[in-house]
Amino acid sequence: MSSLLERHSYDVIVIGAGGAGLRAAIEAREQGQKTAILCKSLFGKAHTVMAEGGIAASMGNVNSKDSWQVHFCDSLRGGKFLNNPRMVELHAKEAPDRVWELETYGALFDRTPDGKISQRNFGGHEYPRLAHVGDRTGLELIRTLQQKIVSLQQEDLREFGDAEARIKVFAELTVTELVKDGDAVAGAFGYYRETGNFVLFEAPAIIMATGGIGKSFKVTSNSWEYTGDGHALCLRAGANLINMEFMQFHPTGMIWPPSVKGILVTESVRGDGGILTNVEGKRFMFNYVPDVFRGQYAKTEEEGDRWYDDQENNKRPPELLPRDEVARAINSEVKAGRGTEHGGVYLDVSTRMPAEVIKKKLPAMHAQFLELADVDITTHPMEVGPTAHYIMGGVEVDPDTEGTAVPGLFACGEVSGGMHGSNRLGGNSLSDLIVFGRRAGLGAAAYVSALGEKRPTVSEADLEAAGKAALAPFHAEPQPGPDGAVAPAPENPYTVHTELQQVMSDLVGIIRREGEITEALQKLQSLRKRAEHAAVEGHRQFNPGWHLALDLRNMLDVSECVAKAALERHESRGGHTREDFPIMDPNWRGVNLVAHLVPGTNTIELTHKPVPTIRPDLLALFDRSELEKYMTAPELTVLDNPQAAAGEKA
Amino acid sequence: MSYKSKFKVWRGDADGGDLNDYTVDVNEGEVLLDVIHRLQATQAPDLAVRWNCKAGKCGSCSAEVNGKPSLLCMTRMNTFVPEETVTVTPMRTFPIIRDLVTDVSFNYEKARQIPAFSPPKGVAPGDYRMKQLDVERSQEFRKCIECFLCQDVCHVVRDHDDNKKAFSGPRFLIRAAELSMHPLDSNPDRAEFARDEQGIGLCNITKCCTEVCPEHIKITDNAIIPMKERVVDKKYDPLVWLGSKIGIHHD
Ligand SMILES: Cc1cc2nc3c(=O)[nH]c(=O)nc-3n(C[C@H](O)[C@H](O)[C@H](O)COP(=O)(O)OP(=O)(O)OC[C@H]3O[C@@H](n4cnc5c(N)ncnc54)[C@H](O)[C@@H]3O)c2cc1C
Ligand code: SF4
Ligand code: SF4
Ligand code: FES
Repeated sequence: MSSLLERHSYDVIVIGAGGAGLRAAIEAREQGQKTAILCKSLFGKAHTVMAEGGIAASMGNVNSKDSWQVHFCDSLRGGKFLNNPRMVELHAKEAPDRVWELETYGALFDRTPDGKISQRNFGGHEYPRLAHVGDRTGLELIRTLQQKIVSLQQEDLREFGDAEARIKVFAELTVTELVKDGDAVAGAFGYYRETGNFVLFEAPAIIMATGGIGKSFKVTSNSWEYTGDGHALCLRAGANLINMEFMQFHPTGMIWPPSVKGILVTESVRGDGGILTNVEGKRFMFNYVPDVFRGQYAKTEEEGDRWYDDQENNKRPPELLPRDEVARAINSEVKAGRGTEHGGVYLDVSTRMPAEVIKKKLPAMHAQFLELADVDITTHPMEVGPTAHYIMGGVEVDPDTEGTAVPGLFACGEVSGGMHGSNRLGGNSLSDLIVFGRRAGLGAAAYVSALGEKRPTVSEADLEAAGKAALAPFHAEPQPGPDGAVAPAPENPYTVHTELQQVMSDLVGIIRREGEITEALQKLQSLRKRAEHAAVEGHRQFNPGWHLALDLRNMLDVSECVAKAALERHESRGGHTREDFPIMDPNWRGVNLVAHLVPGTNTIELTHKPVPTIRPDLLALFDRSELEKYMTAPELTVLDNPQAAAGEKA
Repeated sequence: MSYKSKFKVWRGDADGGDLNDYTVDVNEGEVLLDVIHRLQATQAPDLAVRWNCKAGKCGSCSAEVNGKPSLLCMTRMNTFVPEETVTVTPMRTFPIIRDLVTDVSFNYEKARQIPAFSPPKGVAPGDYRMKQLDVERSQEFRKCIECFLCQDVCHVVRDHDDNKKAFSGPRFLIRAAELSMHPLDSNPDRAEFARDEQGIGLCNITKCCTEVCPEHIKITDNAIIPMKERVVDKKYDPLVWLGSKIGIHHD
């Protein structure tokens, strides 16, 4: 086994080449650590490339009233006060610097008339806040970071004669296991997709930046990479996953034709003036403004329309409520029989702005509908419905360093949890990637420096086991049938995957009920058994059937965490809606559900842990009347005695 | 609305391969990548194909469809008649790995040879000021999703492996143009570099690259021709040229 294995040794390994991973790697390398980036697809193609609308940062270029404090408050409101407040604070404070830094790497954002970075409106953001490049902001972010890495490699070529001396990308490589030395991480084991050969990366610090889990759902905006690998790897290595019940269903995915179902329709369509109507032509969102947001949204269509030109004197239209609200509203309209022919609602810009403006502001959406659905959005409305989009839950981290419960293991980007609470605001992910990506790079570098010469080592037995597990699908046995008879053939991984997606979408989807979640958990158990018998044909070179068979285990682990947490939380909040507990309950606001493995077993256990408290100086940014909607009376007593609280803080 | 369609898909590896015949169901509204996925799920589980976004945004699923360099995820099935046999082959310009997957490392090597963005001296982060009109020219080229279809189609390298060393290909000529037209880039030698190191002279403006670009970037008209003019016209008027680089002067 070890003879077949390629080995590399690095100071810091970054798993994932999206915005978070690339920014982390740049930082680790700039701190002097020898860094490798591992990713499943080609360099520059990570999921981040798909992000459309923008990066949230309170630069105040369009409305100078914006500030980190307002961004802080908006993000907490969006997350329904379940966010880790320290992460929200760091994010709001540091996002502008991280965006400006991108310009020094060569990014070219759209501009304001006075030459600054332009900013656009988005749901839940009080002021125009999203730096953007048309509707292809993620591409700009990825390309900019990719090109920054190339420039670091050019530096190394000049200095050492080797472009990859201090930072190297290993593309089309899938990590299947983390290996440890005692409590601490010691390396990452995986295979090259191209050859199927195994490879071991030994490193005292590993930064997990693998993105999300959408491929466990049937209708999703996410790509094939989103099989929850990083969530599962961290869980199996002993880290905690928090808030896994909170899955964001983006309100506007394409719904027709079936082949494109789930593909995202960016929120910028609404930010720039698009309206939602039902089949009767009604702007139904005015009927769905919840009490907690009532004061902040327009009451009439006229006021909502005026807001686009005069934000000082008008409230924003309810189409721009946070995503969970809009997704639920669309779901209700369709259920009430007011949906369109294909089971969605209309999103219309054609009656709102001239064709030329649409093509200019939303070029990718214009092309997407024209090329994939034969719909010209400058003359016709789009048909849209909710699509699984983003997992708020993820690896529990220290807000300042992104360290996890496992020494040497760090996490950032979508795979980490806490920042977005129960619901993420649009644009807050791309900023999250660069703020916490950088911090993870710093955290890992500091950890490695502090270790000195005491490097962890990898045991041969662990390697043997990792290799065996990875090859299991080639030797899968047929499974016993229900009556003990041998089933005719082993499982097809594609079939198991399709059924898993059906289970999660139908039973743990946008609206949840106790009976259905329980049923889902039973089905997941039987799918798990079947997945163990998933067999693959052929060879190890670029064999997608094999890759899927290995990904299945991760999807099942992660889906179980989602279902268990969804069953446990007896309330509705953000990306978790329980029909049997429809109310947002202040007693649940302070509770994080933490999934972890019972030590020494494969059993996933759930525990309750308090959400970190909000510092009084940050709490003071809100009106008491607003806090009362979210918090219990005892939680609010700090407001009565600010001096005592301030003393406590110091 | 569903029908059965005939396909020829190239299967094999670096040592050789063949077109294999398949008959696969096609449903309304589908793209070619859907059909390839159905083929994987039902008949050929080990068929190798790259893809990511299935929305024309990542540039992973490049291949040749009936000989034309195309994105599999943006090729609508209704562009063929149901009786037609659709032939899918890997990009010809790059070495085969397996089936529809090719080794595109050539492109990453070329990318690394182009000097990176050179930030303006003395301008602090946050103080960059550029006019929308001026950034738009470079923004057109930054729409590139690195599908490498233009690299695949370009005859300079398509059937001439020996040219690969000297020629960076249209994708990287637009990168050169992008940096050259960036209002705040402070490297004045982009055009010379395109001539001396990127082999811009080998391009004879056939415009095939522009025709296949899924992002509709006007590679030849907006990037290659202006860059060629800059190379030729060594005595270009510096005022006109610097006009695009508002406020910044190279001396
Ligand atoms: C269509 C769409 C539009 C969006 N628009 C916006 C927007 O406008 N604004 C915003 O803020 N957010 C947006 N988001 C969300 C945002 O794009 C993502 O949350 C974010 O890009 C995730 O970045 P990341 O760095 O965490 O991971 P990713 O960019 O997903 O990268 C994950 C990386 O991990 C690698 N990886 C995964 N598993 C393994 C493994 N086992 N071994 C090795 N490598 C592995 C992958 O190959 C990849 O390189 C959008 C999302 C979608 C789907
Ligand atoms: S125009 Fe030039 S670069 Fe483009 S395909 Fe023709 S020869 Fe190649
Ligand atoms: S220029 Fe166009 S064809 Fe060439 S790589 Fe970029 S997107 Fe693809
Ligand atoms: S899969 Fe991304 S462009 Fe086709």
